[in-house]
Amino acid sequence: MTTVLTYVERDGDTLAKPSRETLTFARSLAEAHGWGLDAALVGDPTEGSLADLRAQGVATVHALVHDHLDDDAAPAAVAEALVQLHTQLGPGVLVGPGTDHGAEVMAHVGARTDLPLAANCTTAAPADGGGWDLTRVRWGGVLLEDAHLEADVALLTAAPHQTAAQSAGAPGAAELSTFKPELDDALHVTRVKERATRGGGISLATAPVVISGGRGVGSAEGFGILEELAELLGGAVGCSRVATNNGWRSHNDQVGQTGTRVAPDLYVACGISGATQHWVGCMSSKKILAINTDAEAPMVTRADYAVLGDLHELLPALVEEVKARRGVG
Amino acid sequence: MALNILVAVKRVPAPGAKIVLTEDAQRIDTKHLGFTVSPHEECAVEEAVQLTGQHGGESTVLTLGPEVAEEQLRTAISMGINHGVLVATDDEEWDAIATAAALTDAITTLEAERGAFDLILFGNESADAGNYQVGVRVAHALDRPVVSGIKDIEVTGDGVTMKRAVDDGFEVMQLPLPAVAAVKEGINLPRYPAMRGRLIAKKAQIRHITPEQRQGGLSRVRLRHPQQDQTETQILGTGAEAAPAVARIFEEVGLL
Repeated sequence: MTTVLTYVERDGDTLAKPSRETLTFARSLAEAHGWGLDAALVGDPTEGSLADLRAQGVATVHALVHDHLDDDAAPAAVAEALVQLHTQLGPGVLVGPGTDHGAEVMAHVGARTDLPLAANCTTAAPADGGGWDLTRVRWGGVLLEDAHLEADVALLTAAPHQTAAQSAGAPGAAELSTFKPELDDALHVTRVKERATRGGGISLATAPVVISGGRGVGSAEGFGILEELAELLGGAVGCSRVATNNGWRSHNDQVGQTGTRVAPDLYVACGISGATQHWVGCMSSKKILAINTDAEAPMVTRADYAVLGDLHELLPALVEEVKARRGVG
Repeated sequence: MALNILVAVKRVPAPGAKIVLTEDAQRIDTKHLGFTVSPHEECAVEEAVQLTGQHGGESTVLTLGPEVAEEQLRTAISMGINHGVLVATDDEEWDAIATAAALTDAITTLEAERGAFDLILFGNESADAGNYQVGVRVAHALDRPVVSGIKDIEVTGDGVTMKRAVDDGFEVMQLPLPAVAAVKEGINLPRYPAMRGRLIAKKAQIRHITPEQRQGGLSRVRLRHPQQDQTETQILGTGAEAAPAVARIFEEVGLL
């Protein structure tokens, strides 16, 4: 039987959200054709991640086990392990999450097998007459491309934020199977040697609310009031490319095609016009509020809510309003 | 140690807020658009200039694209890159396998003439195609170590330390040279070319290499816009008086 093998990542005890989205994407492909759904991950899966894998309808979970396969593993080594496992399972589909790590691992899979890899897919199906018909996102998601992949084996990554993670109708067995690949020492050259964690604060990628500032904020100091509001709401501060290019904020805070793509419950865009580069970074947010003096700004016309005024007037009043409702100060 | 660095860049349209497609849905209508180097790659160019500035040596910029992509090579030269090489194609987009194979051939040709590149820099992904793989494929074909998502590079003795940005900080890798990296915006702030640089770039000789096109396997059928929910923007006010209405939105989404 054809198997859709899905590479997944853990986030602490559970499966990372993009990996659950990828499994839902992979399952819809498997179910449409009566194929099996397997998952592979580095090291031993935790109880929490096994529960997620069962919920996603996974039949077999392949734990990739090797001295050098751990959190610091080289993407090339993970890729070689996946290639060996995939070869053993027989031809089919190998899909990974379109995260930074997933994209890097799958690029190595493509290079090592010399097979085409379609990045950031939203749909895939076998084509009449061979190969695969698929849709993938371009320009960070502002455009879709219908494409044809000419290969027996489909190597894919699933576009983040495009498929909502949903549990399977019937849970899978998620039977655990250990796979021990043979890995050449040269593969481990790019292992992570050490880590520097930023520590503290809420991560931009997972914050429930992001307060983001652009040209209209005017200065590094101008972000003070955005910081205050974000802290009150338990969110993170983001910014546009203009703000990083002006040196007002660190690039780590940049939301956009070349920064972080966020999907919070609420995205508040303060003084951001909404060029494509920025829009693709925030368009997956559940709700968007634009604060801008320009009623014609693309961010305003595409937002769910807008305040057509000066952010420097609104934000201090808003901070006071939130404090009052909270009964603070 | 003097460094010999290569940077690969891609010419891409510079869209504003809206992207318009041609009638045949095969490409972006660029009648009213300028072109630029993909943002990650502009940072790769700056990094090469800074590294050769610190350590001495030479830098080369390489692109696969139509004749007009010379414009992007000259931009890189105006920022301080020494040499420009165009792997000249028709105006069609080549997929990742075809691009990587042609770049690998060109790099092999250049290295046979002037010696190996200590460092080859790519952008993490191009702005338009977003394939996330060309640098890895080239590195694999050249049998060199490669890391992606790089936001810091430090050359030390015969090796290089690279930092990859992750959600909560950085991962640090140490690679022997020669090595390959796919870098991300944020690794530096690219300079604005000075007048002197622009004059040098104007006169620079661009080397042309004619590639063979390998069939990669991924081909475009059509481009289209995703279906967008036409949301009517609800205006909450024009200034400080809108604060209570905004706070009610915070409540609705469960933040208060």
